[in-house]
Amino acid sequence: MKKEDIPQDDGALNKLTKEVVYAVDSLGNYSTELSTGWEIKTTALDVAWKDIEQRIENARQKVLTNEASPILFFMELRLMDIGIVSAYTGFWKFTIKQHLKPAIFRKLADNKLRKYAEAFNISIEELKTMNVHGE
Amino acid sequence: MENEFKHLQSAHCENGVTTNLLKTIGVNKLTEPLTFGIGAGLFFVHLPFLKINNGPAIAFRAMPGLIFKRNCDSLGIPVERKKFSSKESAKKYLDERILSGKPVGCQVGVYYLTYFPKEYRFHFNAHNIIVYGKEGDRYLISDPVMEDVTSLSSYELERVRFAKGALAPRGQIYFPKEEKIVTDEMIANAIVKGIRKNIFYMTGIPGDVVGTNAIKGTGKKIKKWRDKLGQKTAGLYLAQLVRMQEEIGTGGGGFRYIYAAFLQQAHAFHPKDELLEISKTFTQSGDIWRNAAVQAAGIYKGRIGSQADFDVMGDYLLQIAEIEKNAFRALSKIKWHS
Repeated sequence: MKKEDIPQDDGALNKLTKEVVYAVDSLGNYSTELSTGWEIKTTALDVAWKDIEQRIENARQKVLTNEASPILFFMELRLMDIGIVSAYTGFWKFTIKQHLKPAIFRKLADNKLRKYAEAFNISIEELKTMNVHGE
Repeated sequence: MENEFKHLQSAHCENGVTTNLLKTIGVNKLTEPLTFGIGAGLFFVHLPFLKINNGPAIAFRAMPGLIFKRNCDSLGIPVERKKFSSKESAKKYLDERILSGKPVGCQVGVYYLTYFPKEYRFHFNAHNIIVYGKEGDRYLISDPVMEDVTSLSSYELERVRFAKGALAPRGQIYFPKEEKIVTDEMIANAIVKGIRKNIFYMTGIPGDVVGTNAIKGTGKKIKKWRDKLGQKTAGLYLAQLVRMQEEIGTGGGGFRYIYAAFLQQAHAFHPKDELLEISKTFTQSGDIWRNAAVQAAGIYKGRIGSQADFDVMGDYLLQIAEIEKNAFRALSKIKWHS
């Protein structure tokens, strides 16, 4: 990439920092330059987030129609998969799959719910109701 | 407390942590490209069956931790690396180290990394930062991908040091154990070692999971994505490829430009004109990776999307595989000691 071709587009990262890129000058020598972003990758990130939002919405609908427990909703909201939920809660993946069923979820004791609430960084009340405030 | 740690921004976090940490023990000649090349950082892997964030498991760089390890190994620098089972002992060890004025490298997860923009906070656990001091409850942080230093509260730091999931850091910290005089000759030897290692990882492993074979394999797979996955998912997969290739940390073009810069800088230690020629080849490869990203963007934006468009996309990767294979072959022919 030539220095004059370095894109200076807008991107989410811009809130935090410019990034270092490597490019050649007219003599073909490399040096570092700063870039504010590249529209091509900004869109790639946008596409990923649109998909995540869609997944969260689908999960919400599944909970509302009683096809899944709120754990599914929070799992998607926190960008987790069952492996990550398992690592944070200490539950086996098999157990979590059981807890994803609404009937089983409703019978869970508070000490188990608390583990999920901590993993999702919410209160037990929020876990049950899908109403979440803050982060 | 204050010490003389100097923050220097880099493209990639582990390169930056390695270069900046080695400076604290008096190794001043290593730049980011040299660190990357000595660490044999250039890579391509596409793991079958596995998915990351609901997309293909593709990476353009060596496993986290390897760049630091290979640099220290090649230069004969002893390393301390520690993981912890308890948060208390992890904090105690870190505090003792910092209070004695010695910065450390820390592997962290970015999901709870509060200073990152929300859009970048995925469950990615192989980010590297340097902790170089403490003021009250706040740890002073040098994140090499950022222009300036920052800080985290002890709670925030604990959370990212003990992020869970794949590649969980488990409080991992690492640092060079003692001062060491590194001569130009040692760097020159480490450069050759790094290049040989990279030749092996990119062209010496059979199968199509890693190296240039994997680039070719991915190119062929991409041509089938439209039929196999449908337009929307295929677009998501391509977006993921572009993110792995171009996101912060890569220096652009899937690390290919950093590697090209490395070969140029290696020339100062080994006056072989082939290095400059092969450097140009990697620049060319990086440029094609970026053209491929533009093509991919056309698809995930929905502007194009016919089978012919996917074929063009796949062909870019076939072309890159060929170019990089030849480049590494040319590197393997250099006679270093003549």
